[in-house]
Amino acid sequence: MTTQTNHTGEAVHVKHSAKQYIIGYILSLVLTAIAFVLALGHAMSFKPLIIILMILAAFQILVQLFFFMHINESDGPPYHAIGLGLALLFAFAFALMSIWIMSFGYHAQLVS
Amino acid sequence: MMAFIHHFTKTYLMWNEGPMIWTSDVLILLTSIGILAALTYFKKWKWLWTEWLTTVDHKKIGIMYLIAALLMMFRGGTDAELLRTQLIQPGMKLLTAEHYDQIFTTHGTIMILFMAMPFIFALFNIAVPLQIGARDVAYPYLNAISLWLFFFAAMLFNISFVFGGSPDAGWVSYPPLSELGFDPGVGENYYLLALQITGIGSIATGINFIVTILKMRAPGMTLMRMPLFTWATLSASIIIIFAFPALTVALALLLLDRTIGTHFFTIAHGGDPMMFINLFWIWGHPEVYIVILPSFGVFSEVVATFAKKRIFGYTSMVVSLMLIVIISFFVWGHHFFTMGTGANVNAFFAFATMLIAIPTGVKVFNWLFTMYRGRIRLALPMLWTIAFVPTFAIGGATGVMLAVAPADYQYHNSYFLIAHFHQVLIGGTVFGLIAGMYYWWPKMFGFKLDERLGRWAFWFFNIGFYICFMPQYALGLMGMQRRMFTYPANMGWNTLNLISTIGAYLMGIGFLFIVLQIAYSIRYGERDLTGDPWDGRTLEWSLPSPAPHYNFAVIPTVESRDAWWEMKKQNRTDEWKVKEDEIEPILMPKSSGRPFMFGVAFFVFGFGMVFHWFIIALVGILVVFGILAHRAFEYDDEYVIPVDEIKHVEVGLGRL
Repeated sequence: MTTQTNHTGEAVHVKHSAKQYIIGYILSLVLTAIAFVLALGHAMSFKPLIIILMILAAFQILVQLFFFMHINESDGPPYHAIGLGLALLFAFAFALMSIWIMSFGYHAQLVS
Repeated sequence: MMAFIHHFTKTYLMWNEGPMIWTSDVLILLTSIGILAALTYFKKWKWLWTEWLTTVDHKKIGIMYLIAALLMMFRGGTDAELLRTQLIQPGMKLLTAEHYDQIFTTHGTIMILFMAMPFIFALFNIAVPLQIGARDVAYPYLNAISLWLFFFAAMLFNISFVFGGSPDAGWVSYPPLSELGFDPGVGENYYLLALQITGIGSIATGINFIVTILKMRAPGMTLMRMPLFTWATLSASIIIIFAFPALTVALALLLLDRTIGTHFFTIAHGGDPMMFINLFWIWGHPEVYIVILPSFGVFSEVVATFAKKRIFGYTSMVVSLMLIVIISFFVWGHHFFTMGTGANVNAFFAFATMLIAIPTGVKVFNWLFTMYRGRIRLALPMLWTIAFVPTFAIGGATGVMLAVAPADYQYHNSYFLIAHFHQVLIGGTVFGLIAGMYYWWPKMFGFKLDERLGRWAFWFFNIGFYICFMPQYALGLMGMQRRMFTYPANMGWNTLNLISTIGAYLMGIGFLFIVLQIAYSIRYGERDLTGDPWDGRTLEWSLPSPAPHYNFAVIPTVESRDAWWEMKKQNRTDEWKVKEDEIEPILMPKSSGRPFMFGVAFFVFGFGMVFHWFIIALVGILVVFGILAHRAFEYDDEYVIPVDEIKHVEVGLGRL
């Protein structure tokens, strides 16, 4: 990247202090630790546990995006937001449709 | 000692398997000695290292990709000729069943991952930075890493033939067949590791070109002024970064099954082999769009240039590319209609598959409308483009037939399918890649490929193609299944198989004509002195052929689509001529030997993992991490080309 930015004159990079990375790192460790303790200690029954873990995972994604990937910074059009949108679309499509495919019409049979 | 040698030659060198292995050994040995001797005799080692192996210049990387792709086309083509010869008549004894399995596996894998992929990367590298007015890709160092990961993965895959045994579970490598229980040799490991390693390179290339195209366009080149090949590259790159991770996961899980005894895909312990099939095609179907979209891009450039008309329906071309990107991720289920996932699943995927024919059809009509009333010149790139249209149309039509889920139960995995996907992959992808090679060859090397020999190649390959694959549709409907190594004489398949094999030979002759054409043209090909041999429309043709290593001495300002064509039409090409006072020092990335060593290290790692020689694998992976660390502490990876040197080069090119 650096080679070219000098010619076209765009892309001024913001210098980040170490603080942001350290906070992000600690946050991700804490989130992981909570999930780990809850799962290991069988703190609650299966269903609420899964829901809590999902919420923790979502927070984890947000920490990654904001503290390490700097999703809120950009110069020029927000291409990264389009990329993220596509990624979410495809990730959910793959996961949900794989479940649909691999259940081999089990639900359909159940309903009928 | 003798016992050890005996064991070694039998287990690893497979000398007990007969003359085919011996011949290969001798040929490989002779070729290697020949290359080494030639390099030493002509004192080219240093040149090879400084000019090629360590380069981060996208033009040279593109050329190396192209050479590798042509070599792999030769290997995959030889496989194909062996397969067709075995099927020339019932009960042939050329190949045993085991060898036949290995050869169709390597044929498919090599053609898709080690021929088509590097070929499209070759065209990306050669054309895209020049088309958008950039001096290199966004991450030149990463670009070199991608090349060497691909190259050493290809080497790893290819040595399986003479060391340890080839993979033999098909290019799709479905478990349980590819699990240890049914396939205990090392061949499958070769497959898994080679694909894993080249996959890293492919994802990196995808990222590289997305960033290059989005961030490094010349001033004035808005997205909607980009050449369509650049749009096609962007589309293919987007598919790459979302599709390849699925392959990585599928292969990694299968490798774990085979290496440390997990049970992701073994039913006996609660795994599910069908999950592999599902994951494989989440990558596998988008993959065919990855290799076809760049060809679509080539056709768009070629049609506009050789019909001397603006491309018809530019916006609809862009929209259909993007639609194909999205829909290509929703059709993978049509590869396993017969798996028994239920009517709803099949209906969804059948519908999505038919839907994707619409944007594809839009593109075909746009090419036809561009040609309509154009002043068509039948140069080689245009010849292949025109041949593509009917070939791809028939392939598309049989594809829609296969997409009809209930009917697919009849011809699933028959030669009907084989004929269909060869028709779209050859008639679409390969025709496009060859057209692109002819089109940009002068830009790469500074001379055109000989027209006369090229026409011989074209007619042999095209006529051969139809003779080879049309009978296979019929064979499929007559019940011949894919991957059969022989067939009884009383099935009524004899004549059609004979015809098909003759067609395959004709295609082989066509390929040899291309080789001959390249060899002949190096000496006698028409030199390109203007830099614009085809009367082109886009930025790359405003440069000399081959372009200087910094590409543009001064970055042009773009005012319209088909920028170079508009400048020519308005008689303003002088404005883009380099002016002495406009030249500024240029910052370029330094060459580095590390990407090459990175590839070597991954090769060592992969080789160790194949044979479960974990010490070797550990050494390889440690070197990988060492190189990563070394790179992380490198602060001075660029150098400045001073104004005087640029002037000197430009004067030498007669442009100043």
